Amino acid sequence: MTSDGRPTPRVRDGVRAALPLVLGPLLFGLTFGVLAETAGMSAVAAIVMSATTFAGSAQFAAASVLEDGGTVLAAVTSAVLLNVRYIGQSIAAASIFPGSRPRRLIESQLIVDESWALSGRSGRFEWPILVGAGLLLYVLWVTSTAIGSVVGSVLGDPNDLGLDAAFAALFLALAWPYLRERKPVAAALVGVAITLLLIPLAPAGVPLVAASAACLLGLRR
Amino acid sequence: MSDAWIVVLVVGAFTWAFKAAGPVFLGRRRLPAKAASVVALVAPVMLTALVVTQAVGGDEEIVLDARIPGVAAAGVAISRGAPIVVVMLVAALVTALVRLVV
Repeated sequence: MTSDGRPTPRVRDGVRAALPLVLGPLLFGLTFGVLAETAGMSAVAAIVMSATTFAGSAQFAAASVLEDGGTVLAAVTSAVLLNVRYIGQSIAAASIFPGSRPRRLIESQLIVDESWALSGRSGRFEWPILVGAGLLLYVLWVTSTAIGSVVGSVLGDPNDLGLDAAFAALFLALAWPYLRERKPVAAALVGVAITLLLIPLAPAGVPLVAASAACLLGLRR
Repeated sequence: MSDAWIVVLVVGAFTWAFKAAGPVFLGRRRLPAKAASVVALVAPVMLTALVVTQAVGGDEEIVLDARIPGVAAAGVAISRGAPIVVVMLVAALVTALVRLVV
């Protein structure tokens, strides 16, 4: 039991928590496989990228820069900028990872927006939820990338199904419980303002990183 | 090595380091109180910022499209205590329908 009397979650609870999300990694993984091929990546390179980077938006950014004939530096910069936010997420969840340093290194790779967000749904981060959700999303992501890069283009734009809005809704639902007190609401509003201001001015990824400056409101009493 | 492989390996290495930053280098050490109160705001700030980029983000522009009614409908579902599956379905359905019609 946890201190607040709820049963301690297990890894399988994390898998279950991620079940409503499976369509996303499935369809976007297929799409990434297809895009990677048109960007001049071999199937093996696409699969290795999904297995090591495991972050959809950065992978799409890198592949589409390459596809547009952009330089290696441009592709790397856009993808890396998109992923800088994971520093903040991994620091916020740092204390839940048990075991040795190598074990923490491996398990921390299961941090992805959705698994991280789900693991904090009870108001504090929970390791079994992060690992269970992360594992399910990881397997789906790598498998669907493999299928997409081998089978090629068989589907249209996943966003026709409204998946982009569904993921916005997911993050809204997970943000909701945090927005009961004045301080997080104020910080979130400042973050939203920074994001809106920077979306037209800066490359993708930068607005999210800049928004985290709003966390400095935590220094005020 | 092909350009694609360089991108795959360099982006992969950076991402590994970013995701490992907290669990590997900070571990279970307690943060000082001030730092902890900053870190406590990461979740609400990052999640709401993700809502914004996901709902109105475009290619370096703000795009107001069928995602807005979808997310608005999801907001109503959330405020009525709907589970996450339902919230996501409502958003997808409304957005897909608007895209179909408009």
